[in-house]
Amino acid sequence: MIRIILSRLAQMLMVMAAVTAVAFVIFRYVGDPVLIMAREDATPAEKAALRQQLGLDQPVVVQFGKFVARVATGDLGNSFRNQRPVAGLIAERLPATLELVLVATLLALLLGIPLGVYCALKPEGWLTRLIQTVSLVGISTPTFVTGIVLILVFSVWLKWLPSFGRGDVVRLGWWSTGFLTSSGLRSLVLPSVTLALFQVTLIMRLVRAEMIDVLSSDYIRYARARGLPASYIHRKLALRNALMPVITVTGLQIGALIAFAIVTETVFQWPGMGLLFIQAVSFVDLPVMAAYLLFVGFIFVSINMAVDVIYALVDPRLRTRAA
Amino acid sequence: MSAASVPALAIDKLRVEYPDGAGGVLVAVDDVSLTIAPGEIHAVVGESGAGKTTVANALIGLIERPGRVTGGTMRIGGVILDAATGKGHGLQLGRDIGVIFQDPMTSLNPLFTVESQLTETMRFHLGLGASEARLRALDLLQAVGIPEPERRLKSYPHQLSGGQRQRVVIAAALSCNPRLLVADEPTTALDVSIQAQILALIKDLARTRGLGVMLVTHNMGVVAETADRVTVMVRGKAVEQGLVAEVLRHPRHAYTQGLLAAVPRLDRRLERFAVLSEGVGKAETARRAIAALKPVASRASVEPMLRVDNLVVDYTSRGWLPGSRGRTLRAVDGVSFDVRRGETLGLVGESGCGKTTVASVIAGLVKPTSGQVLLEGRPIAGATATGRTRQASRQALQMIFQDPYASLNPRMRVGAILAEPVLFYRLAATKAEATQDAGLLLEAVGLDRAHADRFPFAFSGGQRQRISIARALGARPRLLICDEPTSSLDVSVQAQILNLLKDLRDATGLTMLLISHDLAVVRQMCDRVAVMQSGRIVEIGETEGVFEAPSHVYTRELLSLIPRIDRIAKGANHG
Amino acid sequence: MAMPGLVTAVIGALRIKRVLGWVITLRRASPPLPVLLAGMVAGTLLLLALFAPQVAPSNPLDLASFNLADSEIPPLWAEGGDRRFLLGTDNQGRDMLSAILYGARVSILIGGGSVLVAALIGVSLGLVAGYLGGRTDAVIMRIGDVILSFPTILLALLVAGLARAVFPEAGNPRNVPFVLISAIAIHDWVQYARTVRAATMVERARDYIKAARVIGLPSTRIMFRHILPNVMSPVLVIATINLAGAVLTEATLSFLGVGMPPTYPSLGTLIRIGNEFVFSGIWWIALFPALTLVILVLAVNVIGDWLRDRFNPKLRQRA
Repeated sequence: MIRIILSRLAQMLMVMAAVTAVAFVIFRYVGDPVLIMAREDATPAEKAALRQQLGLDQPVVVQFGKFVARVATGDLGNSFRNQRPVAGLIAERLPATLELVLVATLLALLLGIPLGVYCALKPEGWLTRLIQTVSLVGISTPTFVTGIVLILVFSVWLKWLPSFGRGDVVRLGWWSTGFLTSSGLRSLVLPSVTLALFQVTLIMRLVRAEMIDVLSSDYIRYARARGLPASYIHRKLALRNALMPVITVTGLQIGALIAFAIVTETVFQWPGMGLLFIQAVSFVDLPVMAAYLLFVGFIFVSINMAVDVIYALVDPRLRTRAA
Repeated sequence: MSAASVPALAIDKLRVEYPDGAGGVLVAVDDVSLTIAPGEIHAVVGESGAGKTTVANALIGLIERPGRVTGGTMRIGGVILDAATGKGHGLQLGRDIGVIFQDPMTSLNPLFTVESQLTETMRFHLGLGASEARLRALDLLQAVGIPEPERRLKSYPHQLSGGQRQRVVIAAALSCNPRLLVADEPTTALDVSIQAQILALIKDLARTRGLGVMLVTHNMGVVAETADRVTVMVRGKAVEQGLVAEVLRHPRHAYTQGLLAAVPRLDRRLERFAVLSEGVGKAETARRAIAALKPVASRASVEPMLRVDNLVVDYTSRGWLPGSRGRTLRAVDGVSFDVRRGETLGLVGESGCGKTTVASVIAGLVKPTSGQVLLEGRPIAGATATGRTRQASRQALQMIFQDPYASLNPRMRVGAILAEPVLFYRLAATKAEATQDAGLLLEAVGLDRAHADRFPFAFSGGQRQRISIARALGARPRLLICDEPTSSLDVSVQAQILNLLKDLRDATGLTMLLISHDLAVVRQMCDRVAVMQSGRIVEIGETEGVFEAPSHVYTRELLSLIPRIDRIAKGANHG
Repeated sequence: MAMPGLVTAVIGALRIKRVLGWVITLRRASPPLPVLLAGMVAGTLLLLALFAPQVAPSNPLDLASFNLADSEIPPLWAEGGDRRFLLGTDNQGRDMLSAILYGARVSILIGGGSVLVAALIGVSLGLVAGYLGGRTDAVIMRIGDVILSFPTILLALLVAGLARAVFPEAGNPRNVPFVLISAIAIHDWVQYARTVRAATMVERARDYIKAARVIGLPSTRIMFRHILPNVMSPVLVIATINLAGAVLTEATLSFLGVGMPPTYPSLGTLIRIGNEFVFSGIWWIALFPALTLVILVLAVNVIGDWLRDRFNPKLRQRA
């Protein structure tokens, strides 16, 4: 158990090191910060002074060390675009994205798992065929198309729901939430459904495949041969085995949701980190890009780590091997 | 009618059909009838495809669709069983019929404890509470001979050995006091020593609990040692039925006679196996084909063909940090032996004893940790072996493998498979010559020249093993390593392949190293035999000597544990 | 590993005979109606897109061929439709039908290109990793792990974004397809590599590979002549499913504004342009390209799904 955690920790550090290195390279080499920050008519002497001031004349290793040290203290530099500290920008946008992703994840799991189980248990049913057809359309429809269609139908034609922004938010310390106002909740509906829809189909198809796999395994055949009732076999025995990989995938999905939030936030002008990132990409705002990468990398790695630990806790084969 | 005279199982004219997709049907079980009295063990024996497992599956309602029971009746303790649902009036699968599958490794759910899997059946069928069921589970574990049952209840399947798992499966099968136990190849996945224990357990349980047992098996030895009655099945039909002693001593049906003749005997050595379908003309063609193959000049040498010198192989598992080393397992622990020119040496032992690792090192598939291997005096493995010495000996040393279904590349035609080594060793100057050789090789192993154009899937297991042998032969080797060459084949096919190997040896003077877990096969094939246990050779000597007067305790134990038909066939005073 | 050997071996493995072999294997189980339908739809779209210059009513890339006076005309059957423009026009007066055909062409070429690149890299690395094992395997697979811990879209955005920052020429419409292909392939190769590696390890442990090793055949020959043909079936499945994914990723990138520019639009770019007009009720500029995209991807997915079920015996049994 401890072994697994340690080995995952080592891997996590490796990934973070790789991400930090990429972020550093973006920061330092992609587009010369001096050229970007200095005025256009700056003299070579002024540029050299700026270079020294930014520490760009020091050896690369020292610069990387300083970069890591700064990142560790939360100093991610200033945005090229509006000269505000990047850390502050991200903190400001974080709640919007996390609330969106949280709701979408719950939607995806609550819909995806039961649908997947149903399709595996009733492979011949008409409802299964319908669900599978719809799911195929689901994975074939890109998030932004779903968003546009939802806006067209529910905002433009029916005028039921708002199509952009978060609505009114309530500030709780530095966190701003849209959960506490009706306009905030109404604003959340279309983006979260848009974001969840693609994931529902993925989770559903995964659960179905796993469940079918488990149902044809020897130990389920053996459970049948012992005359245990089908409902017990399905609900207690097979589901537990089938849900093991779902844990992993849920972790990956949260990561994917954060990434796809970029698209959803663009469509709905949702003021989250994704929108911040996509604006940074189009303005070549390197500090924001690098910071986003670091931050998202950290979230992904933490999620992966959490997934592995949960997995090890749930699966007796992993739990006891290291004990 | 008294309770004792009601049979535990009575099957009458059972028929199972599978639609073949083209409108016809395949009859998997054809009017099979059998009766099992309480306390009786009834073996259903046959080769693959005989329909024996289908009979068992029909009983427990696990016939794979689209197959279905189309006729006959099955009675458990006098009550008719509905073929479609596996239920009958007041009958309950799991309570009245206990089931044991072949592979104990996969029969238990890895995510649940032994306790949970043992008690759930009792809680459903007998309505016991958790604590009652637990007490009974403890009793059961004791009854099936699991040490420390208290502790084992809380174990997960992966913490038990294969034998222990099979005991747990048996305990679960017995948990509701069934009248009938259906055991489908219950020991096929186990080593002989564990097999002996499990069979003894089943025998004991049948006697003490008055349990009827249907034992499905392909192993005649198991039948002879365990069962009271036997049904012999061929292609869905029951061709012979009776007391085990009767059937084995005086088989009436030609198929049974052939089957028994093909079983390798442990008690004495025969020149050839009696095989029904060996054409006379073919043998002549084969001899001519072997003679026509261009020979390779042999190295004149006083050295033994193969010398294995103090061989050690460690397997190191990967550590938990990248680059670190995990636990080390010593698979081969200082093995030394010679294979003399022209002889056949048998290397025997149970699974995990290191015999296959030794073969892999000799074949160059695994690097030894220390020690060396010399072929005709030239180092081919170990510190002194170089790429050049190895390459020079490749052609002289060839190998055939266990699984005929995996040993041929499924996407290459047989002709190309056979021509590949011939061309690679430049034994043929042109492609046409190599094709010619491939044809000869096919004839040499008793197949047709025309088979060269087909893909491997068109052949049966036995035919594929012949192709495998032909491929090895194409290199004109002087040493042939046979790694369990017949252990995945039916016994009648095994007899043919062993005969073929004997013929080839006689015709070419080939030296052979035969790796096998089957002592009877080794006795029939080998001049000398080496017995391995836990990575070491515990005994090596002339075959007759080792079998008649084994000197090591492990060899004696192995010999005594093997289920054998000769104890009955000899006419020993039995039942 | 010798590069020329690798190349000839790959070519050898992809010999027409084998491909025909697969087609014959697939034909034996005549596919169900929806799959046939999907195949026809995908085939038609593919042909229409590839021959867009020949079949499209006008050339949307030629600025002189359209007129601002024709802008925002609704489709033919709606009120105010114009016979010249079956699916209406966009904000600059471009014929939507032509724009969609040309756009689909760009989408398919980029999607197909990235599948090809990813498959070539992934299959080779997977084969090498699976066959050689040890350190080579560890390095390749760890790199893959790191890449896979980031979703396709994020990595692609990053690559596309960085390419713009590093190479001034990356924004040139002529270079964008290559940037996009690399941006997508940099993530997708891992899946091929993982699958091929796993399959290779299975095959490597099988006796026919041991037999080849006992004969002493060189590793490259064993890898490419013996193993490769036996691990290609899952690659075919992944490639089909990935083609759908790659087309979606390209569309998403273009929609987000880091893909094809409006002067050389792909389906994603067209939807991006149309998105700005959705609020004013001008729905056709966004909806028709979107519909085309979904139909194309759906058709490919239906085929991919069927292929996967065919190659997975467990699923086939139950289906």
